[in-house]
Amino acid sequence: MSTTAARVQAMFDAIPYARFLGLKLELAGDEMTAIMPFAPHLIGNPALPAIHGGVLGAMMEMTAVAQVSIARMDDDGSPAHLPKPINVTVEYLRSGRPIDTYARALIKRMGRRIATVHVEAWQEARAAPIAALRSHFLLR
Amino acid sequence: MSVPPDILSSFAAAMNRATPQAEALGMETLEIGDAVAVLRIPYKAEMVGDPETGVIAGGVVTTLLDHACGQAVMAALGQATSIATLDLRIDYMRAAAPHQPLFARAHCYKLGRSVAFVRASAYEHEVDDPVATAQAAFMLNASAGREFGANLKPRPAKPVA
Repeated sequence: MSTTAARVQAMFDAIPYARFLGLKLELAGDEMTAIMPFAPHLIGNPALPAIHGGVLGAMMEMTAVAQVSIARMDDDGSPAHLPKPINVTVEYLRSGRPIDTYARALIKRMGRRIATVHVEAWQEARAAPIAALRSHFLLR
Repeated sequence: MSVPPDILSSFAAAMNRATPQAEALGMETLEIGDAVAVLRIPYKAEMVGDPETGVIAGGVVTTLLDHACGQAVMAALGQATSIATLDLRIDYMRAAAPHQPLFARAHCYKLGRSVAFVRASAYEHEVDDPVATAQAAFMLNASAGREFGANLKPRPAKPVA
């Protein structure tokens, strides 16, 4: 694991809610994939069963937070304050099956105060996303 | 259509207990009826999103608002049908106060044949002093005939248009 990856994972492990979701990060160069292994407590519809829509939104928001944090990490590796969400819009495309979920974030613009980030989440096929998120963050 | 409020509220309570994520967050439905649902979650250590301040993660607020919006749709329908979130927008106004329960009030202000529209607000004390607000659209009869356990089978691979 690269030092950046180790630092970001450590920063993430310090966030109780990221642990509650069971989020893991994989870094290939500057491209990060967030992984949410399936766990029963993530279920929102027990009949299908399907992952809770709020959980998918939360997972993608955390993915955006991690990607922005990676982009803002100093050369000495000290992470900046966590970006604060201003708003998020979630599009639900397919129901989340009870299997692992992956997400990748794309920073569309990083200004001095605002970051605009798009995220896509998928399960079986990257080309068939289950949800997408558009978000704005306040940088501190 | 009007269902006696106590039937609706006991159904909402049963639904919360049967929904692992609602149970994990400790969600409770305080009021349900007239296209409105009021829910509460306690403050829990595992919800924290910023360890420096102890403020809960935006994602927890997202899940609470999504769940409250869904129950408002159920309250408007007056019956239990399968619904699915189509679209959810959350605006975060301020950090939620640490160590305090969080409430959400959702109102399904338009119930169409296929789609329902909902607004919601999350707050600690007053609904007019929100931590976050939400605007959501839900598909009604979302299961479209899919049977119990349908998601346990892999999806057939299909080319994406």
